[in-house]
Amino acid sequence: MIQKRSVTITVNGRAHAQDIEPRRLLTDFLREDLGLTGTHVGCEHGVCGACTILLDGASARACLCLAVQADGREVTTVEGMGEIGALSLLQEKFRKHHALQCGFCTPGMLATAHEMLTDGAPLTDGEIREALSGNLCRCTGYEHIVRAVSEALHERLGGQAITGPVTGRALDAE
Amino acid sequence: MQNDARPKHIGSRAQRLEDPRLLTGAGGFVDDIQLAHSLHVALVRSDHAHARILAVDVDAAGDVPGVVGIYTADDFTAKPLHATSRMKGYQSTGLTALANGKVRYVGEAVAAVVAESRYIAEDAANLINVSYAPLPDLVDPRAAAASDVLLHERHVSNVLVSRKFARGDVAEAMASAAIRVKESFRFHRKTPLAIENRSYLADFNKGKQALTLYSSTQVPGVIRDALAEVLEMPGHSVRVVAPDVGGGFGGKASLYPEEILVSLLSRTLGQPVKWTSDRLEDLLTTSQAFDETVDAELAVDKEGRLLGLKAEILGDVGAYSIYPWTAALEPMQVAGFLPGPYQLANYQAEVVAVATNKTPAGPYRGVGRPAAAFVLERLIDMAAAKVGLDPVEMRRRNLVQPDQFPYRTGSGIVWDQSGFTDCLELACQGVDYPALQAERNAARRAGRWFGIGVASYAELTGIGSRMSAAPGMPINTGTETATVEIDASGAVRATFGVASHGQGLETTLAQIVADELGVQVGKVQVIHGDSAAVTHSTGTYASRSTVLAGGAAHLSGQAVRAKVLEAAAYLLEADADDLDIEDGIISEQGANKTLSLAEVGRAVYSEMGRFPLEMRAELDLRATKFYDPEFGTTTSATHIAAVEIDPETFIVTVKRFLVAEDCGRLINPMIVDGQVHGGIVQGIGAALFEEVVHDQNGQALSASLVDYVSPSAAETPKLEVLHLDTAALGTLGGYRGMGEGGTIGAPAAIANAISDALSHLNINITELPATPERIYRLVTAAIEGDA
Repeated sequence: MIQKRSVTITVNGRAHAQDIEPRRLLTDFLREDLGLTGTHVGCEHGVCGACTILLDGASARACLCLAVQADGREVTTVEGMGEIGALSLLQEKFRKHHALQCGFCTPGMLATAHEMLTDGAPLTDGEIREALSGNLCRCTGYEHIVRAVSEALHERLGGQAITGPVTGRALDAE
Repeated sequence: MQNDARPKHIGSRAQRLEDPRLLTGAGGFVDDIQLAHSLHVALVRSDHAHARILAVDVDAAGDVPGVVGIYTADDFTAKPLHATSRMKGYQSTGLTALANGKVRYVGEAVAAVVAESRYIAEDAANLINVSYAPLPDLVDPRAAAASDVLLHERHVSNVLVSRKFARGDVAEAMASAAIRVKESFRFHRKTPLAIENRSYLADFNKGKQALTLYSSTQVPGVIRDALAEVLEMPGHSVRVVAPDVGGGFGGKASLYPEEILVSLLSRTLGQPVKWTSDRLEDLLTTSQAFDETVDAELAVDKEGRLLGLKAEILGDVGAYSIYPWTAALEPMQVAGFLPGPYQLANYQAEVVAVATNKTPAGPYRGVGRPAAAFVLERLIDMAAAKVGLDPVEMRRRNLVQPDQFPYRTGSGIVWDQSGFTDCLELACQGVDYPALQAERNAARRAGRWFGIGVASYAELTGIGSRMSAAPGMPINTGTETATVEIDASGAVRATFGVASHGQGLETTLAQIVADELGVQVGKVQVIHGDSAAVTHSTGTYASRSTVLAGGAAHLSGQAVRAKVLEAAAYLLEADADDLDIEDGIISEQGANKTLSLAEVGRAVYSEMGRFPLEMRAELDLRATKFYDPEFGTTTSATHIAAVEIDPETFIVTVKRFLVAEDCGRLINPMIVDGQVHGGIVQGIGAALFEEVVHDQNGQALSASLVDYVSPSAAETPKLEVLHLDTAALGTLGGYRGMGEGGTIGAPAAIANAISDALSHLNINITELPATPERIYRLVTAAIEGDA
């Protein structure tokens, strides 16, 4: 019989006191115990980044974190970033630039991008790609995600956003 | 469309209706669904590639508190399900929920533990001991084809499919050719790797004796029909719902043993039963693809014109013939599409699909077309070099010309019409080909390994009933349905059987309906992915949804518009022909009276006696239509890649990637671009990084995302996409399917670019992925060969 531990974890500003098994992953705590299913599980070994959340403001893999490790700390999930009708700046840019398709990697992308915004450096295309390299996406090919993040960074921090090559049409028929 | 006005919504970059919930973490993927009293499954999977199951010892596992039951194949009487085919000599295999008597690939499920939580189920699964009597591992397809050891005892050999076809006189073409190029090409195994692992939740309602299966599937209609058969239940009591699905790419387009398993368990136990794959299980058991060896030879004349092509195609299709597509799916498409978009009269191919002790093969974006394009586009570049022609000029001379459509290829496939030559020219203009060549030449003079690669391809999309992926397979892929309805509040709903899993069908199909009805896009609620919501459907695969479901949307939208105007004409005392609908308001030309859809809806449904009795028998604001495009249409593109190879690490960096494509009329250019981008990056992955590895004992070595490497943003260049926006001739709406093109052209373009970059060493890329190790070996061999 596994002995449970009492923890208090603040998630999106609300404190939750629960008794949980020490082996319980933070992903399962968020998704099942709190019903916050916006944080997704893609690999459970920290590679795909779908589970990325903010732990005391810094990005972290919820799949590699035992829930007890979040005792006394603050977790921000995608549910804490914005809501329908009141999207965050990043969510709005993702929408504008079609930076999501199936949406499964998106909460993790937003968490990583959120940290880039708070870190406060206006980044080049290459730097944005490097910073996002811990979040895998199979749908978008990253192009629109990079444009969305770039526009958000430059709107918040100033400077020149990356504009993509415009979708072109064929030369007009003679 | 009925009104002649320029469409307002088709062609616009409408913001996606899916996005608000997906951006805010309010999506509903299968694993997000938490039903009360759900039980959870953990599976014990074989670590042998080929073995008889001697015993399954569950005693210790059964004692773990919270375990509800432990099951093996003996606990179920459901009959194995076979993917049928009329193909001569085809040997089918039986699909069961758990391995029956023997295991045929590492990862095949042997026992299922059902418990109160996945944690407890896994605790118990770890205590289960399976004893096996190993059998010879059949890992190499040539050895398996020749072996007397059979994966499936009732078979006559391990060759599941064998076909030959020929058109024209290839022997004559080869004999008379000035130049012949011949190679053996190897495309290694891939897995679709959706970020959402497969997840199934079965909810059997004891009182109604009815099953609902929530499945992360692309094909709810296929699953529903299959489950009704396997469970021996009437169709009205089996419902399959694909809610939000996190990518599919073909890996979720077949019936899986786990779908049958959770359904059987829920029925047995009378509680909801959930199984969610972890990533290891996904890498072991989600269907895999692209595993081909193609020995091919191309004959050209001294002007570089293609004379003849012959190929032997060996497909390693793993341990089972996938349901419903059959093991013929991919190897036959390699053969079918190998002649490409070129003028080529003489063609001969032999196809063999062999069962091996590996994960079953199934559809993955592009199916056989990526391998076909890789082979042909390499041969064309090889021939171009011998003739002394630039690769673009070689293609210019050989592509089917606009005045040659419809064109019947050497494999019998007919290209109805597509902008092959326009795409080539547009791609060259887009990259500024002469400037790119100059850049390459300058880099080369400076000693850098920089190369350019071009690839042109064509495919069939939106196929209807006259084309079959595999003749005699147990499903109808040729038709789709749409129901459009307006309710008493004037709200618009459009229901489809296709199942969107990232491609934005909730938006694009809404754009069509919005234009037909005269409402705003955001006012159209699209229902999809629910087998109970439509009379019949299969799902989303094979680049069909825009053409088939889109066509049905046009038809049902038009029909409902007519009903609205008939009702409105009565209410306004006007002529229906004088009425127009814009943004949901019906108005009469030259008059002041208007009606909203809400007012019409209320009048039709809620105002008793509002309409005369003789109108009311047929008076509703709802229509269901079906669309079968019969043949479908041709989609094509040219891809151009520029790569640079580091001479010390042998890492290939894609510096530039541009696509010029003909995908017919675009409904939403943003969504089209997104599809192309995603396909390109999967194509880059296929060309450079991705490989599922099984060792000589069939042991699965690609066990994590550290082993199976999918490109991140850092490995991906900026992607450029240009479109010809010309309507297809043969489809309602003028649409072409376009979701798969990225994976078709990209590996070929990159293989050509790498070969160009290494041309100073006479290196020819014939094997993908072109990993640093493979390039290192090729370079070392070339340098030592010169020494």
